[in-house]
Amino acid sequence: MSLMAEPSAEGRFGEFGGRFVPETLVPACQELEAAFDDAWSDPVFRAELDHLLRTYAGRPSMLTECKNLGGKLGIRLVLKREDLNHTGSHKINNVLGQALLAKRMGKKRLVAETGAGQHGVASATAAALMGMECKVYMGAVDVARQELNVFRMKLLGSEVEAVHSGSRTLKDAVNEAMRDWVATVETSHYCLGSVMGPHPYPFMVRQFHRVIGDEARAQSIEMLGDVPDVVVACVGGGSNALGIFSGFVDDRSRLVGVEPAGGAAVTRAQPGVVHGMRSYLMQDEYGQVQEAHSISAGLDYPGVGPEHSYLASIGRAEYPNVNDAEVIDAFQLLARTEGIIPALECAHALAWIVRAAPEMQGQTVLMNLSGRGDKDVGQMMDVLGRE
Amino acid sequence: MSEFGVLEASFRAKRAEGRKLLVPYITGGLAGWQDTVRAAAAAGADAIEIGIPFSDPVMDGPVIQQASQMALEGGATPVSILQEVRELDVQIPLAVMLYYNTVHHAGHERFAAQLASAGIAACIVPDLPLEEAGPWCLAADAAGVETVMLAAPTAADERLPRVCARSRGFVYSVGLLGVTGERATLASTAVSLARRLKAVTDVPVLVGVGVSNADQAREACAVADGVVMGASVVRRILEGGADAAGEFIAEVRAGLDRG
Repeated sequence: MSLMAEPSAEGRFGEFGGRFVPETLVPACQELEAAFDDAWSDPVFRAELDHLLRTYAGRPSMLTECKNLGGKLGIRLVLKREDLNHTGSHKINNVLGQALLAKRMGKKRLVAETGAGQHGVASATAAALMGMECKVYMGAVDVARQELNVFRMKLLGSEVEAVHSGSRTLKDAVNEAMRDWVATVETSHYCLGSVMGPHPYPFMVRQFHRVIGDEARAQSIEMLGDVPDVVVACVGGGSNALGIFSGFVDDRSRLVGVEPAGGAAVTRAQPGVVHGMRSYLMQDEYGQVQEAHSISAGLDYPGVGPEHSYLASIGRAEYPNVNDAEVIDAFQLLARTEGIIPALECAHALAWIVRAAPEMQGQTVLMNLSGRGDKDVGQMMDVLGRE
Repeated sequence: MSEFGVLEASFRAKRAEGRKLLVPYITGGLAGWQDTVRAAAAAGADAIEIGIPFSDPVMDGPVIQQASQMALEGGATPVSILQEVRELDVQIPLAVMLYYNTVHHAGHERFAAQLASAGIAACIVPDLPLEEAGPWCLAADAAGVETVMLAAPTAADERLPRVCARSRGFVYSVGLLGVTGERATLASTAVSLARRLKAVTDVPVLVGVGVSNADQAREACAVADGVVMGASVVRRILEGGADAAGEFIAEVRAGLDRG
């Protein structure tokens, strides 16, 4: 059986996952679980989703070999180009799946949280396409540093609400989206943007993203003649990482999920319960959830999806972390050597590759370039100066 | 010894006398919070629900969020609040309302023992639904702490008896679809869910979430055995301190006693 099979009936991956939600939401989670299982095994649904992925999102995304940078680092570096999807990141895979599912369930409204704004933009896009109403919650700090994405969501017809509670970032946007869902559960679908939350979200979102790994495996074998030695992705909640890991988890490939130093939940390895799941969580000595800090809004999350905690606990994947300075260097490095501006989130994965390259000489390294950096250009202009 | 815990035995006895039960929610750790508990007890509360603040209170609206954040910024912790509970000299049962990570982080047995030794009768954990509640409930049962389960308007008929069977102290009948906070009118779900619960259990049924004033409390108690009042109490604490909260609770008490 695959190491990334279905979770238990209780929604557990090992000791992680579950469904820690208010009673009000239990029936909705059960209904969603049944609807997803039904849809996922329905060839008509799968064909409809596949059609959208090909004709709307732009799948399959290609592999690009980075000969300049790879040569410099002494490795064979290949990028999975999720940045070239419609809306600029991998997030569209999950959102198209969930929006189709919501429609099938008769829901007319999507609720979403967003950090960097990529999931919010993807949700707004799917809502526009399918004629649904959409409300996106975004931490006030992130609204300020990702104003382009805020306006993009509004252009697409969605309402964006800035969240001023707590740390005013992704964690608090999730809280507010859950509060909305508690009040509107009969008509709204919570379009959660990562492999986190109560069962079935971690499993469902991973399944919607496994297309990344399935494509990448076939493409790697065609391009490299084998699966890569190392597969690398950044991890906030961890959806792009689980998407690409799912293609290689039963192969010999080394799996590396890179967290920001200020949000290294897996490194601390302390289980906690928030946002409906039991997983590794940054918390103080009384169980208060701590604030994550990183240069990238999309990774500013103090927890991680439960399946990552599981893969870490059994030793199948490893989760190093990198600091903001390394990320800023990597961001510029990819731009200058390959002509590709990565999202700051993905620059975390590249920063680790740069650091670990001396120990990977001659190896093949596949990195999930999960999003493009256009959204980060304004922020980097402030960091680097306009000259 | 009664087959029921301290809270449930007290509630059943008062219900038998025809009294409607009033449980104010008071955020623990706010400056002067112990005075508010004393004022509430003097104003005719039948039990107090002490909120142990959490960083991410997903079932709470803006008022209780704000109070929680103020308490946390003031340095409140579960340990400091339980220590302060020991100094309370009120003669009514005390319950705590907290989020599950507070329990999970401390460990079930250890936390249940801490509650029991502080004299806490019961515990309400709004993000711990029936399917996940087993291990905590066993630890709480063993320590003599009653775990109050919540029942929601979205629950199917078959779920309600199972929720009630696992509930100790009382059944918390969630009044509406949404988070804590005051509303202009009592939601129709408040009465309809209480009625559905009363039909399947003899455990006391208290309506909470969205019960905002004396009139709404009376309306809910036409069917329910009592009410839990949170945001309306906490707003008065934030605006006028213990005295303002006490006056409000006395007003609700009078309304309930008028029948």
